[in-house]
Amino acid sequence: MASSPDNPAFARPLWRPLALLSDWIADLGAMAISWVTAVGALSLFTYQTGTWLFSHLPRRDTLMPSFYQIGVLSLPVVALTGTFIGMVLAVQSYAQFRGLGLETRLGAVINMTLVRELGPVLAATMLAGRVGSAMAAELGTMRVTEQIDALASMGANPIQYLVVPRVLGCVLLIPMLTVMADFMGVVGGYFYSSMILGIDSHHYWENSARYVENFDLLSGIFKSIFFGAAIALIGCHRGFTCDSGAEGVGRAATTAFVYSFVVILILDLLLNIGLNAMYDTFWPEGVKLV
Amino acid sequence: MVTTAKNTTAKNNDTPLIEMRAMHVSFGPQQVLRNITLKIPSGQTLAIIGESGCGKTVLLKTIIALVSPTKGQALFDGQNLAELNEQQLTQQRIRFGFLFQGGALFDSMTVLQNVAFPLRQHRRMSAQETRDAVLERLAEVGLPDDVLTKKPAELSGGMRKRVALARALVIDPEVMLYDEPTTGLDPIMSDVINQLILRTQRRHPVTSIVVTHDMRTTAEVADRVMMLYPIGEVAPDENQIIFDGTPQQLKNSSDPRVEQFVLGRAGDRLGAAVERTAHKSRQSEERSE
Ligand SMILES: Nc1ncnc2c1ncn2[C@@H]1O[C@H](COP(=O)(O)OP(=O)(O)O)[C@@H](O)[C@H]1O
Ligand SMILES: [Mg+2]
Repeated sequence: MASSPDNPAFARPLWRPLALLSDWIADLGAMAISWVTAVGALSLFTYQTGTWLFSHLPRRDTLMPSFYQIGVLSLPVVALTGTFIGMVLAVQSYAQFRGLGLETRLGAVINMTLVRELGPVLAATMLAGRVGSAMAAELGTMRVTEQIDALASMGANPIQYLVVPRVLGCVLLIPMLTVMADFMGVVGGYFYSSMILGIDSHHYWENSARYVENFDLLSGIFKSIFFGAAIALIGCHRGFTCDSGAEGVGRAATTAFVYSFVVILILDLLLNIGLNAMYDTFWPEGVKLV
Repeated sequence: MVTTAKNTTAKNNDTPLIEMRAMHVSFGPQQVLRNITLKIPSGQTLAIIGESGCGKTVLLKTIIALVSPTKGQALFDGQNLAELNEQQLTQQRIRFGFLFQGGALFDSMTVLQNVAFPLRQHRRMSAQETRDAVLERLAEVGLPDDVLTKKPAELSGGMRKRVALARALVIDPEVMLYDEPTTGLDPIMSDVINQLILRTQRRHPVTSIVVTHDMRTTAEVADRVMMLYPIGEVAPDENQIIFDGTPQQLKNSSDPRVEQFVLGRAGDRLGAAVERTAHKSRQSEERSE
């Protein structure tokens, strides 16, 4: 990795700067290698999970607890986030749009932003924080205390037994959580706009209906499926590769959140580019907000 | 048996049940096992001793392919484990019972669910039959019926070890692997575990490997002992298995490293560490001048 300190050539003062430079290059290379290795390991993990997912249906008794954890217990926090984001959007956009005399367009802006972007991304972020890091901590503890080895030693495949139910739970339930966030956001935004900002309900809804299309809603839900898969896969992979000790488990949990969040953002960008291209191809005459 | 041709108590030398051929194991840059060659015939009880961190657990895990050799081969019953597919590997693994160092009980499950786990994976049994089988195993290791609904966290260390033992034994394995079965237990509970290991051997023919640093366990249960030495402490061309023989030969060994371990002496360890640190700091001082 770094230049060998025992090498007498590097001990001579003349070589000092060169040694530092070579260290720096070596470190850079090591970092690049570790990144490539990490991405490769995660891809392999995804592939293995995929083959298990499609070749053996998981047992009901492994599925239900993870569905409960992921779906039911995440509902309140996702609903709460949605509501507040809807209201915040109303507050933020109102000032801008009133200046243009377009207050009634508020409905379109709020609801469009929610269903296309903030609903899916915020639901995914909450899920990554609540469920992704919990998965990493739980599986990490199982790794450290040899429970994952114990599973394998008793002829149960750990990926099938531990990862598949979690991935399935996230992939199947995140669309519903996204719809929940969307819905609560729409309600929150409307509540704030009509009750507090005094915008006319009829126009608010009419504008929303005119500009927000099924495609917007569906593209948001479509994106969320990828986010869900990323959260579960990264969380489980971090847990599986956890270092020993309490410190290792803690690090697995935090890195699971950070990595999933970064991956959610990257996926969001890429999926949006793809979806926009698709929209323009199929509906070149589509309605535009302004 | 091992390349350091020492006399051993091999009972049946022709087809070893477990065999390692010039096996190396590394984790990234850290090498743990180097050039391990060993044969374990069917029916033998082998104790592997050695200080903490020398790679005993890793060696045990290579036997059922929980750890894969980076070089060389690990064979079980004539088959190279690395060449088996998932299904074949599972077929071989269920011939083993593995008692993990901390028990490795699933902490989200009750004792009943833990001990029943292998049965539910590999045997078609009704719930009642499973329960009966579990109760029988728990009775064998001396645990009362009322632990059935407890979670592992509610049990004492000795109870947890015994539940783990019951789980490892529940599908009548041909090979039992024990990882430090008595570490962390009081002397009475240690003896209980030793007796359970002996009883398992008497009940049905089983090949056992016991990783331990408990000399009493070694003396009581083993008919062959190997001592593994940390890779950093042996010469580059020396075998990492510095002793291979009977428990009796172990006691009489003249190798100071074996003697030190058997008698439990710190020896020059402290001194050596101090010496090493001093040497290192001297070196780095020289370099920075
Ligand atoms: N999965 C692993 N990844 C990296 N290093 C490991 C792993 N398992 C064991 N090691 C390292 O291998 C060495 C031997 O460990 P182990 O076999 O657990 O020792 P012991 O003889 O105490 O059972 C230790 O230094 C440990 O850090
Ligand atoms: Mg160990």
